[in-house]
Formats: sequence, C-alpha cells, structure tokens
Amino acid sequence: MIWNPNKECMSRDERAALQSKRLRLLVKYVYHNVPFYRNKMQTMDIRPDDIRTIEDITKLPFTTKQDLRDNYPFGLQAAPQSEIVRIHASSGTTGKATIVGYTRKDIGVWSESFSRCLAAFGVNRDDIFSVAYGYGLFTGGLGAHYGVENLGATVLPASTGNTEKHLRLISDLGVTGIACTPSYALYLADTMDKIGIRKEDLKLRVGAFGAEPWTEHMRQEIESRLGLKAYNIYGLSEITGPGVSYECEMQHGSHISEDHFFPELINPDTLEPVADGEVGELVFTTLSKEGMPLLRYRTKDLTTLDHTPCQCGRTNVRMGRILGRSDDMLIIRGINVFPSQIESVILSLKEVAPQYLIIVDRKGVLDTIKVQVELRPEYFVDDYPAMERQKKMLADKLRSVLSISAQVELLPPGSIERSDGKSKHVIDNRHIE
Amino acid sequence: MTIQQLSVFVENKSGAMLHILNLLKAEGIQLLAVNIADTVEYGIFRIICSEPSKAYNVLKDAKVSVTLTDVFAIELDDEVGELANVLEIFNKEGISITYLYSFLLNGKGIMIFRTIDNERTREVINLNHLKFITEPNLYTLV
Repeated sequence: MIWNPNKECMSRDERAALQSKRLRLLVKYVYHNVPFYRNKMQTMDIRPDDIRTIEDITKLPFTTKQDLRDNYPFGLQAAPQSEIVRIHASSGTTGKATIVGYTRKDIGVWSESFSRCLAAFGVNRDDIFSVAYGYGLFTGGLGAHYGVENLGATVLPASTGNTEKHLRLISDLGVTGIACTPSYALYLADTMDKIGIRKEDLKLRVGAFGAEPWTEHMRQEIESRLGLKAYNIYGLSEITGPGVSYECEMQHGSHISEDHFFPELINPDTLEPVADGEVGELVFTTLSKEGMPLLRYRTKDLTTLDHTPCQCGRTNVRMGRILGRSDDMLIIRGINVFPSQIESVILSLKEVAPQYLIIVDRKGVLDTIKVQVELRPEYFVDDYPAMERQKKMLADKLRSVLSISAQVELLPPGSIERSDGKSKHVIDNRHIE
Repeated sequence: MTIQQLSVFVENKSGAMLHILNLLKAEGIQLLAVNIADTVEYGIFRIICSEPSKAYNVLKDAKVSVTLTDVFAIELDDEVGELANVLEIFNKEGISITYLYSFLLNGKGIMIFRTIDNERTREVINLNHLKFITEPNLYTLV
C-alpha cells in the first residue's frame, strides 16, 4: 500500500517545484536564525535570494558531523527553545554526543515518513507491531513507535533487552511485525533456538530492519529463521531518525522521502556530484525541518542513487544498500577495505555463523588483518588438518575479494560477543603517530 | 573393538576447559583421560569418560560443539618398551597414527589412538593378538 500517493507518486516536475519552494524557505530560515549558516554563506558570498530552484542547492555549504560537535549543544538549532518538544542524542562513541531538537511539526513529518515505510511493507491497522529498537536518546525506538501509532497499528514498545520475555509476548499476543536492528533479529533467532520457540509458533510476517548495514545473505537468514519478510529501512538522527528511506515490495533499492529529505550523492574526495549507479557519499538537506535544519549534511554513508521510476508506482528516488562508511573504510597496506566486503564473504559460507570480528593490527611496519568467525557445530571435526583446511578455504575466499590476505581464526559457536544494538565488528589496534 | 571418545571444540582462552569439565561434573560423569595440545586460537579437547553418549548429549544441550569419535584402546603391560613394541607392529604394517595418548589404570597402561585406516587397524590388532579394550570392559577396569 502507498501511504501518501500525493507525495510518493508525484511527477518529477511537480516534486522539483515543491522541493524548490521548500529550499527557498529553508535557506531564508537558516540564514536568519542560525549564525553558523549565515556566517558560512556570507563567507561564500551567497545570499538567500541566490537560491531559486532545487538545482541551486550545489551553491550551498556542506555541513559535517564535526560542525554539529563544534556547535554543541544548541548552536545549529533554528527554532526557539519554546518550540522544541523533544531532544534526541547520538551515541557519541567517537566523541561528544550530537544532539537534535525537534518541533511538534518535525515529529509529525518524522511520524509521516515512518508510516510511509510501514505501509510499503504491507503493515496495516490490524497489525500488532513490536518496536525492538532501543527507546531513549537513540532515535530508533521512539521514531518507529510514533510511526506505528500514526499508521494506526498497535504498537508493542518492547525496546531491547529482556529478549526471552519479548519472545513470549510475540508468541502470546500474536505479534505480526517487528522493527529492530538486523543483528538483534538474529539474536532473537538464537534465543528462540535456546528457549525452544519455533518460527511456526509465531505470527510474525513482516520486519523493518535498519540502523546498521546488512547484506542480502543476512536478509535470507533472518527471513528463514524468523519466518517473515524482511525490509530495509534507513535513517539517521541528524536528519530525523529511522524513516528517511524504505524499501517497497519490489525490494530494488530504498525510496527516499525526498519531499522532506533531499539527497545528493558526492565523491567524498572532490565533493563533486556522482552519477546514478556510481558509488558516492550520501548528502541530505532537510527541506521541511524547523528544529535543527541542516544544509547538505554529509552522512559518510556510501551508496548509489537511482532516479528512474519504480514499478511499485512510487517516483521518489531510490538509494542502494549502504556499502560502507567513508570513514569506516580501513586502509590495510594501502588497500581500501570495507568491513561489508568481509561480511558478504562470511555470510555466503554455510560453514560459519554470521557473527564475526575484524581485528586490525600493525606488526612492525606491516598492517595485519585478522577475522574471527564461529564454525557451526556440524562442521567441527576431530581432525586438526581438516580444521586447518576449512580455515584456509575461508582465508582464500577473503583474499580473492579483498585482494590482500587476511588471517582467519576459527572459534566455537557463541565465542564472539552478540550485541543488542549496533554490532561492533571492527577493532583497529593500530596506533599511528 | 573401538571405544568412544568425546572431541570438543574449545576456544583457546582461560576457563574454556573448565566450563566443559563443570558441565560433565554436574551430571556425575567420570573422566578416565583427557588430552589437549597447545594451538593458536582453538583446540580439540579429547576426553575418555564413563557414559560417553550421555556426556555427548549434556554438552550438545549446552550448545557446545562436540562429536563422538571411535578410537582404539589397547592394554599394555607395565614394562619397559611396551609402547615401542606395539608401535613397531603398526609401523611395519604401514599404518600411520594420527594421534595417540596414554594413561595408567589399575597398574595397566592404556594406549588410546586413531589411525588413518580403521579396517586395517582392526586386522592388525587381531592378527597380533593385541589386548584391545571395549567399552564395557573399560569400565570394569575402573
């Protein structure tokens, strides 16, 4: 089902007109309310009147995560505090937390965006939908929660943790839909095995998974182990939270709600636009935001864009899977390595579980990369040479994909730590002076 | 002619063997011999115990990677050179031994081993009248 055909299926010209109008208003709004943007625009010698159509967006300055940190806590807020009804904060694991304030209208746009996702996944008012993203400062829990309520389905605010109790409720209440991270979905499946709940005991039919990169192999595993149809959902707190883009039934890219979140794709080095189909860094401008609107925010997420209309009837642009982070990219002996490449190899092998840990080190002057995987119980044999052959097979596959050699470590099931939220997949022990 | 050995896949970290042994202890399973070599990230913990099938199920239920392996057990007299004499026989027949360990039980040496060819190993044991141990008589020795 299409939640808002007026906005999701409008012609490209109509949409460009709407985006142009919103951009003009946005630029005036931030120029007069956010000193950071006024200073930047004045330095670049741009005045609000110079921005007439959406095409003029390339004249505007970029915004980075560092700008958010430098202006912590309220420097980029455009609305007066009296209009702010909620604040979310990012995890801040790599530095100061970044905070985002929302006005009542911002919460409405966000709920609408999430409802579009749910409708595209086939969720309706008869569904009981469990939100198993963390509730709190993280946008996942409350973002999905408001979207489900806005759509009119029943929300079960499960949050993370308490996994066994959550599974009992899914079973007892006949929960039909769930939103969580893909790694938590697999953790649910592990817990089902542990406590003896079969997927046939559950009524789950649809899952909205996001907040961390995942692959087609992971989708297949989640679908077969939980007995549901798994859809991708994308978002980031700086822009709004989950619901920025969503898959439709075609599952051929994720539609961006570009009437609210205008995407550009750039080369992260040259900052020049990248053509459809080529990999680049995703950049968003929040066309309708009041609380903390951002111009050309560099997400660091690497993906592709496709502007061709979709068979589902929606005309809004589609983004591909997140192929990595421009700053997660590991440079190993001068070669660019994305953790997602390693993940795709691991997920393609029946011998190992989907959990893994990448450990990067420097021995003398040489970078080393070690990948820990869990050998599934049925492939364990009482034979060291045979075990070493399995290890070598995996190392050879990694080498052919990465074009550098990686050391593989085979571990028994359960050795690698599972997480409730975003999985930690890389440990970089290099201390480069 | 063979007895069952538990082969357990363990991570090379402190407490890994202890975890396995505690699971067996809780079920009252008695150990006769254990063996593990120093390796890199993992090891194969090999165990001869009372009630191997029960022990296997206990570990399986605890989500441990475990297999039951058929191994040969031969009784040796407690005399100088006995192990060398037995290996000499296998060597002459061209049978390679994949792994071997031994222990003493009631004054008798017990040699546990696996070879690349179970059929020929059986023949050699019979032809040379080696005193092989079967599961029931292993426990009567306890």
